[in-house]
Amino acid sequence: MNKRILEMIGGRLAVAILSLFLVSLAVFFITELLPGDTAQELLGQAVTTEAASQLRETLGLDRPAILRYFEWIFGLLTGDLGYSHVSDRPVASLVAERLPNSLTLAAVTMAITIPLALSLGIFAAIWKGSIFDRAISSVAIMLVSFPEFMIATLLVMWLSVYLQWLPALSFIPTTADLHTVVLAYIMPVSVLVFGSCSQMIRLSRAAIADAMVTPYVEMAMLKGASRSRMVLGHALPNSVAPIVNSVALSMSGLLGGVIIVETVFNYPGLAKLMVDGVSTRDMPLIQTCSMIFCGFYLVLITAADIIAILSNPRLR
Amino acid sequence: MTVSTAPRRKIRFQIRPIAAVCLLVVLFWIVVALFAPLLVHYPAGDMVSYDYFGPMSKEYWLGTDYLGRDIYSRLIVGTRYTIGIAFVGLILAALIGITLGLLAAAFGGVFDTILSRAIDTFVGIPNLLLALVIVAGGGSSIPILIGAITVIFFPGCYRFTRSMAVNVNALDFISAARARGEGHFYIMIHEILPNIAGPIMADLGLRFVHIILLLSGLSFLGLGVQPPNADWGALVRENMIGISYGSPAVVVPSLALASLALAINLLIDNLPQRVRDQLE
Repeated sequence: MNKRILEMIGGRLAVAILSLFLVSLAVFFITELLPGDTAQELLGQAVTTEAASQLRETLGLDRPAILRYFEWIFGLLTGDLGYSHVSDRPVASLVAERLPNSLTLAAVTMAITIPLALSLGIFAAIWKGSIFDRAISSVAIMLVSFPEFMIATLLVMWLSVYLQWLPALSFIPTTADLHTVVLAYIMPVSVLVFGSCSQMIRLSRAAIADAMVTPYVEMAMLKGASRSRMVLGHALPNSVAPIVNSVALSMSGLLGGVIIVETVFNYPGLAKLMVDGVSTRDMPLIQTCSMIFCGFYLVLITAADIIAILSNPRLR
Repeated sequence: MTVSTAPRRKIRFQIRPIAAVCLLVVLFWIVVALFAPLLVHYPAGDMVSYDYFGPMSKEYWLGTDYLGRDIYSRLIVGTRYTIGIAFVGLILAALIGITLGLLAAAFGGVFDTILSRAIDTFVGIPNLLLALVIVAGGGSSIPILIGAITVIFFPGCYRFTRSMAVNVNALDFISAARARGEGHFYIMIHEILPNIAGPIMADLGLRFVHIILLLSGLSFLGLGVQPPNADWGALVRENMIGISYGSPAVVVPSLALASLALAINLLIDNLPQRVRDQLE
């Protein structure tokens, strides 16, 4: 590893930390400064102004927003995630309960989506213009147009209500055996795979197709390399950067999918917790959940950038 | 001496059959949204039948919902909410994004760098998450929903416009315009914009699909259009319990959404190759 690579990676990490800081500003001030008041919301309709202002004082909402921002950030950095006034529990314990569930869901989805989508995209590029290629492209464009909640509701109607093969809700008791767990995961994971693979297929196919028109691939063709060797041996190694980026970018879509899927299947994950938090205006919970999601997203995007830098042979 | 000009090249529009079908679907939904009040059978909020989750019938074309309201009428009115909110949001996002993108390309330098960095912040927050945060802060009123769409989608418009405009900005006729003393704004409007308008329109079409999917997703979560009004996403949500009866109330609004999204995507996918190359 030379100095240039280390500098570029350092630069990427600095940008990521700066972005996370800016994101935290955006999250905090959007949730705090727009009209709408936590105290009012907690007390409900029948509230006197005195009661509201007293509660505001107890919650510390009467102090300047900028001060509360720094307290909040300091808390996040030292592991104090705040206190959920709606559920009367520390946010940290709520999050700790739910985060592993969401991570499991996302990890299982990625473990299926990435190999599936990339191989479909790469094979579509190898056999560009064939029936297989056109079929894959058509399926991808359909999946990108269908909302996740439609795929989810249709699957529930077909597999749970009509055939009665799978449970409609994904609440998993801790004592459940493997069989029950697998059955409960099939539908949520399928919806997420459908939702997140289309973009990856299209982008990886486009990345390979771009590399196929470069001079070095033409050279390989003139030397008599087979089409699959041209793709796998020459085009693919040079398309790592755009492909890894497409995987990272589809994380944004995957998160959107997780939010919908956890709600449809009543899955006890962090996204469901956050959606419930928005309904009850539980600001500390929303702020913390947002930062966790954005943190994961930025880590993945930055990791993709670093892989892209490392995969560039010109820098080695 | 006679000056002969090259014969005017005819612009040929080859319309593929699939593109024609898609165009019809899109136009159909636009007409439905525009003339919704003339098309409904019953007022959308009225409980017209004692039979909840009733089947399709002559009286109630698409059956009745969980309160015995006419789904056909609610779907028609829902079209207005979905397309209307998404369209206003798109226009605002496009106005802001395209204007800033052109400014960044025409002025360049520090202005461009600072603007691009600032706007990149928004890209660090996934779309639906940012929507949740905005709705959490501001509530689910229609102006907030439109504002959320604008905030979420203008960075994409900005980046697309800027990258197209920067390419055009490097061409000779721009240098010629600068040499004859045209100002930045003249160049933005009269030299750059006409050359990138086509791809931008196609890009906005794709963005519109993302907007209707996002808005419906938000409404499906119960955080978008609020009862008693309902857009397509909210219609699916409020009738979720009908899933066990196989009620059309759950399926039809999703299908409406899917048909519009698919039609726009396929329409853009079948544009002439020249336009599609610029889109990549």
